[in-house]
Amino acid sequence: MPEAAIDTVKVLRRIGYKVEYPEEQTCCGQPAFNTGYWDEARPCAERFVRVFKDADLIVCPSGSCTTMVRTFYPELLAASSWRADAIALASRTFELSEFLVKVAAVTQVGATFPHSVTYHASCHGLRELHIHDEPLQLLRQVDGLKLIEMVRSEECCGFGGTFAAKFPEISAAMGTSKAESVAATGAEFVTATDPSCLMHLEGILGKRHAPTRTIYLASILAQQDAAQSSAQVKP
Amino acid sequence: MHREIIRRGMDSYDVAHLKGRARIKDWEAARQKCQEIKREAIDHLDRYLLQFEEKVIARGGHVFWAADSEEACAYVKNLATRLGVRTVVKSKSMVTEEIHLSPVLEKAGIKVWETDLGEFIVQLREEPPYHIVTPAMHLNRGQIAKLFREKLDSGITSDDPVDLMAVARRKLREAFFAAEMGISGANFLVADAGVIAISTNEGNGRLCTSVPRIHVVVTGIEKVIPRLEDLAVLWPVLATSGTGQGITTYGTLIGGPRRPGETDGPEELYVVLVDNGRSQLLADAEQREVLHCIRCGACLNICPVFRHVGGHTYGTTYPGPIGSVLTPHLNGIKEFKHLSYASSLCGACTSVCPVKIDLHHHLLQNRRNATAVGATKSSERMMFRAWRSAMLHPWMYALGGWSMRKALRMLYGLGLAGSIVDPMRVWNRYRSPVPLPSESFRARWRKNRAAN
Repeated sequence: MPEAAIDTVKVLRRIGYKVEYPEEQTCCGQPAFNTGYWDEARPCAERFVRVFKDADLIVCPSGSCTTMVRTFYPELLAASSWRADAIALASRTFELSEFLVKVAAVTQVGATFPHSVTYHASCHGLRELHIHDEPLQLLRQVDGLKLIEMVRSEECCGFGGTFAAKFPEISAAMGTSKAESVAATGAEFVTATDPSCLMHLEGILGKRHAPTRTIYLASILAQQDAAQSSAQVKP
Repeated sequence: MHREIIRRGMDSYDVAHLKGRARIKDWEAARQKCQEIKREAIDHLDRYLLQFEEKVIARGGHVFWAADSEEACAYVKNLATRLGVRTVVKSKSMVTEEIHLSPVLEKAGIKVWETDLGEFIVQLREEPPYHIVTPAMHLNRGQIAKLFREKLDSGITSDDPVDLMAVARRKLREAFFAAEMGISGANFLVADAGVIAISTNEGNGRLCTSVPRIHVVVTGIEKVIPRLEDLAVLWPVLATSGTGQGITTYGTLIGGPRRPGETDGPEELYVVLVDNGRSQLLADAEQREVLHCIRCGACLNICPVFRHVGGHTYGTTYPGPIGSVLTPHLNGIKEFKHLSYASSLCGACTSVCPVKIDLHHHLLQNRRNATAVGATKSSERMMFRAWRSAMLHPWMYALGGWSMRKALRMLYGLGLAGSIVDPMRVWNRYRSPVPLPSESFRARWRKNRAAN
């Protein structure tokens, strides 16, 4: 999903930030950490801290990866020489929507998206980072966008990283419940703060031949005019 | 139909729970207070338990400390045998389920009656409780009417809840008056007053603890709380989290056996304090707070996994998030570690826990512990070792992504998505294949930078 990152860069540049992408970066370590392989996750975390420690602000197009850095690095790196740097870094790391609303204090990013959209509150953003209203504030400012609330918007979509591989039936059943909530809104798109939830939902919706498509929040915010958006995005 | 029954039950719980929470002026402050009370109790468990024991003994009760389920069951069985007990009535108790007390008593020729309506129903069906608060939530009234017709010889034709209640009540009244021993659990053991606090809704609890001449309380050591006044917040918070009620219909405080001049109550009172792995958890500073649990069931109700798989799938006394956290500690990490992985780590459980147990983080710690003791598959260990190497070398990371995209595009081009050679076949069994981008963000970034 390179679009998630491309569109995040677009939005950040549009509101006046200089964006750097350190090419030495890899993964934050969450897949290993969440599966219990903390010894395997730790060097990834240390690497992340080393690569990013000189950045003023770190913006991440995922609430889940942000949670890994902010909530879990201090615990994972408790006995590491990188601990102090990790804690300092954690306070400068933000998920995109909270960065825009709370740090940059911007809700109007000059986007146009003449479509109906429903919002799924991704779990890590919601319960670990306490992101409640920020994505909605941003969406409400998008020109032409019609926001439709779904029932149980705060219930997990069922992705859960390696959970989807270890318990595929449960993951898919949870995804199906979420897809039903999405379908009931009749919206053209479902959006969220985590591309991984959307990748899972896209597959579930696709299998059901549901008309609703997924789109990551930044990809809505990056759209600028009606002609452009209809050319780039096909519902 | 099963899923429909569960969904309807959960939906009505959701409504009641939210309404109940709204009645409490500051729900977050109430949770905070409950967490502090339980933390104080658990951090000084030795002191409060001894204080409780001393008070109970002073009023003529007996206290037995059971290290494990065998000791607890043997004690109750021997007590019943020695005192000539032939019939036992039980009020709802998850600890007696945990130690499997009823089969031990029945093997000794003692008739055991569950008197909580839900427990009575699942006992007739010879199955364990489905849920720690609502044991028969997986059944509708039609199924219950059929069960009563088959098992109670009641000839009932209606499935009206009032008629069903009447059948159960008639049967249970006979049991109450025949029983020599009543067995109950405890919601709280109050240290300063030396009393046992029980919350119930059906009145069966009071009959169990006052009609038979012997009352036995079987409970976990973690149920102790410091002060009587703590109930002022714990009782309503428990009721709100359990069923959405402001307070349960009956709140009973039991101080000891009947004293001279008193008109009712049992002649003898025995309290069995069950450890069964709890003190080991107490020694674990990281996860000790799991002992704060007041067994309200809120984490089960909100859990999307529980909602989809139901209570019996877990195969444990305590299902849902608290069960997945607790069971590996009580019954062995090797056999029950899988439960800790059966979660998307969505954190909904933690967000509703009335004593603020960090449930989903404890699941993560259980997963780490399972890995640390080598309880995971060697193929998985090798995979994560390889993964680590790739993540520590950006060129391997990039190459891995590139070759995966190439390989999948080729396979999907040949129409092999979901086939045996598709590494994403489990994913693709339930989902349409992930769209494959032509190049990575990294490649795009590099190109753009070169162009500028």
